[in-house]
Amino acid sequence: MRIESEKQLRDYRKKLIEADKKLVKKIMVCHGPGCLASGAEKISAEFEKQLKKKRIKGVSIESVKKTGCHSFCEKSPLVAIEPAQVLYTRVQIRDVAEIIEKSVKGDDVIERLVYHDPKTDEAIEKYPDIPFYKHQTRIALRNLGKINACDIDDYIRVGGYDAAVKAVLHMTPDEVIDEVKKANLRGRGGGGFPAGRKWESCRKIEADVRYVVCNGDEGDPGAFMDRAIMEGDPHTVLEGMIIAAYAIGAKDGYIYVREEYPLAVINLQKAIEQAEAIGLLGDNIMGTSFSLRIHINRGAGAFVCGESSALMMSVAGHVGEPRAKYIRSVQKGLYDQPTVLNNVETYSNVPMIISNGADWFTSIGAPKNSGTKAFSLVGKVRHTGLIEVPMGTTLRTIIYDIGGGIQKDRQFKAVQTGGPSGGCLAEQHLDLSVDFDTLTAHGSMMGSGGMIVMDERTCMVDVAKYFLSFLVSESCGKCIPCREGLYQLYKLAIAISEGRGKEEDIARMERLSDHVVVGSLCGLGKSGPNPFLSTVANFRDEYLAHIVDHKCSAGVCKELIKFEVITEKCDGCMACISACAVNAITGKKKQPHIINQELCTKCGACVAACNRDAIAVF
Amino acid sequence: MVSLTINGKVVRAEEGEYLLAVIRRMGIDVPALCQHEAVEPYGGCRLCMVEITKDSWDGWKKYVTSCLYPVEQDLIVTTHSDKVNDLRRGILDLFLARNPETPLIQKLAADYGLTRTSYEAIPEPNDCILCSICTRVCDAMGFSAISMVNRGHGKEVAPPLHQAPPDCVGCLACAQACPTNYITYEDVGNRRTIWNKQFELLVCDKTGRPTITKEFADYLIKNREIPEDYFRIDDASHREELADKMGRITRWSVTEEAK
Repeated sequence: MRIESEKQLRDYRKKLIEADKKLVKKIMVCHGPGCLASGAEKISAEFEKQLKKKRIKGVSIESVKKTGCHSFCEKSPLVAIEPAQVLYTRVQIRDVAEIIEKSVKGDDVIERLVYHDPKTDEAIEKYPDIPFYKHQTRIALRNLGKINACDIDDYIRVGGYDAAVKAVLHMTPDEVIDEVKKANLRGRGGGGFPAGRKWESCRKIEADVRYVVCNGDEGDPGAFMDRAIMEGDPHTVLEGMIIAAYAIGAKDGYIYVREEYPLAVINLQKAIEQAEAIGLLGDNIMGTSFSLRIHINRGAGAFVCGESSALMMSVAGHVGEPRAKYIRSVQKGLYDQPTVLNNVETYSNVPMIISNGADWFTSIGAPKNSGTKAFSLVGKVRHTGLIEVPMGTTLRTIIYDIGGGIQKDRQFKAVQTGGPSGGCLAEQHLDLSVDFDTLTAHGSMMGSGGMIVMDERTCMVDVAKYFLSFLVSESCGKCIPCREGLYQLYKLAIAISEGRGKEEDIARMERLSDHVVVGSLCGLGKSGPNPFLSTVANFRDEYLAHIVDHKCSAGVCKELIKFEVITEKCDGCMACISACAVNAITGKKKQPHIINQELCTKCGACVAACNRDAIAVF
Repeated sequence: MVSLTINGKVVRAEEGEYLLAVIRRMGIDVPALCQHEAVEPYGGCRLCMVEITKDSWDGWKKYVTSCLYPVEQDLIVTTHSDKVNDLRRGILDLFLARNPETPLIQKLAADYGLTRTSYEAIPEPNDCILCSICTRVCDAMGFSAISMVNRGHGKEVAPPLHQAPPDCVGCLACAQACPTNYITYEDVGNRRTIWNKQFELLVCDKTGRPTITKEFADYLIKNREIPEDYFRIDDASHREELADKMGRITRWSVTEEAK
């Protein structure tokens, strides 16, 4: 079958909905990155195995859906029972029989497996009531956890490809661009450039060949939003690209997927084949003269290839180095042709804008920052996972309401947004609205959506050092301010963390940072000093403590700390003695132990081994 | 044609020209280490950065590499503002940390008032300034025998896998274009060694002097439509032959005119 009209798509959807109604219960097993790592594949296989043996009315093997990321990764593996909206957390294989018996066959809820509020220990059965989900608004991630990732029928059933059909059959390219412009959809990859304006300027340039490119090279440490979309809902990316290609007049599209995401490649490939089979992709889409082929390109593991011009070099088969963008890629991009490049999340917003209209989209979010933004919330926060919130939500809501506060009720110290070249925001910034302009104004940036929460046990000099080391090894090395400048910044940060820093080093580093920001060729270098600049702006005292007092208050920088046994607390259990790999701890049973400072390597194993908090860090 | 202002002077330039070309034509000294007339601009050394603005920009200024910035109507360019000089000094300071012994860098740094780097010099410095001229020239010649390998601080120019490059024909374009003479080669008798690869040089039939490598000659004959026997003799002999031919033509025409 080939879909060539709106009616055909609607009729097909009706059929799919009818078929779906026959399934009384559905078991949504999360196959997102976190859950797969904790054994989700075995769990879904176990459900299938057990359901095969049992005969339950209205439930079959088809009831088991291998969905995209349910996003509450901290509680993985996750299984949701629909339509009851019950979410089971940390599901083990041995729980499968009980779930089938009680919740699939019957309508009971297994209280042991549902989410419990960490403060009140109250069981929350339905996931929409869990605070982690309650404060979210889902547009880009709308289908994650709701549909089978590799099934175009599931995608069509929930309204998929409506927007593509509407755009291609009932709208002119200019109307599509106008709608996206009116919606003020800004690039979700971090730059925040309005997508509609990008499309419009690309369309205006006279050329025979144009390209649409999708940036799926998500390289920020701790970020996995685009991965979840590509793996869990690949059709939404394709649909967004079809609409963009139709708007600008492209015949070829490329999806650049990060090397580390093999499942995304497999799922996208399947999605492309499925879409081509029913005429939504390929030659003469929906029976019109519009044709689009989408190709998948795999990266080779370079962070810099997430930068637009380096990405295009890499797609074309060259070394992934950026070029100066005085001539923009909408003019001269991939293979020197006009090119529109947007990231995965941007494309997945497009179908919703076309379906629901620009006014609907602008009604969500903050002024000049319409819509939502997905973040991967990680670090020392209680509930880590994938979230999507309206722009303008405060950091406090994200960290305390959605994230459930800091682990072990420790003190909040900083939150790092925008990936390695983003910045660290402190306590006084918690009530800032999260949107492109506000974050940039306060020395950080939106980035692609990594959000790392840090507590009092994080040393900010160490954080700056870590991110600088990441950028030093990921700089492509083409231009000197980034290659040598970031290296020297890193060296100076090491000196400070080892207590060798001088007071004037901070000013030197600030001056060097300015040279790197102004002098660098691409965004990586231009934002490279941010880890240092934002930590020194918000935590200057901590830098000075390292330099002047030779103290690391967080107890992280090895050269500046020492471990000592608090004799009053030590009960002489000898746990630390066996934990110490270098035999630096001596002592007899039931007598306080002693740490030999000369042998101690400050690895912290004794602190972890001690049950009585008897080892202190100074 | 567009007209723009550089250091207070109004100049005209062809559309599509880069700023650096116009600046140099005016005789203004703007340093540029990765610039080579044989290849496309690169934008790696960042020393040719200049300050640009326009009357319509409300005082907003931008710092761009002039080697890559196309000329624009009404652009106002300043090549040696305090900020630009400071930036160049900062970049040269970083260069000095990487190439402390390189005369070209030392001289340029001295022009901007620097004699030694304020940073920690790298442990084993060499003369390569990573301008990529050699690899770009090699690409332009059509060989791509060497390239930039690794990234970031570990970047270097190298043949594939650090082995003798299979695609190298020993044309010496890389060594001749290298601004710091970092790329070396050795000609002994009719043998040439470059990038650890050995070549045999052709010998001139007339003078017995070595000319170019056999591989390079084969390439030129095959790809540049050069007659097969052209490389039988060396350049000097070609010139002599040509001079002889021209002389005969001149003598003949003089006699013809006299008649």
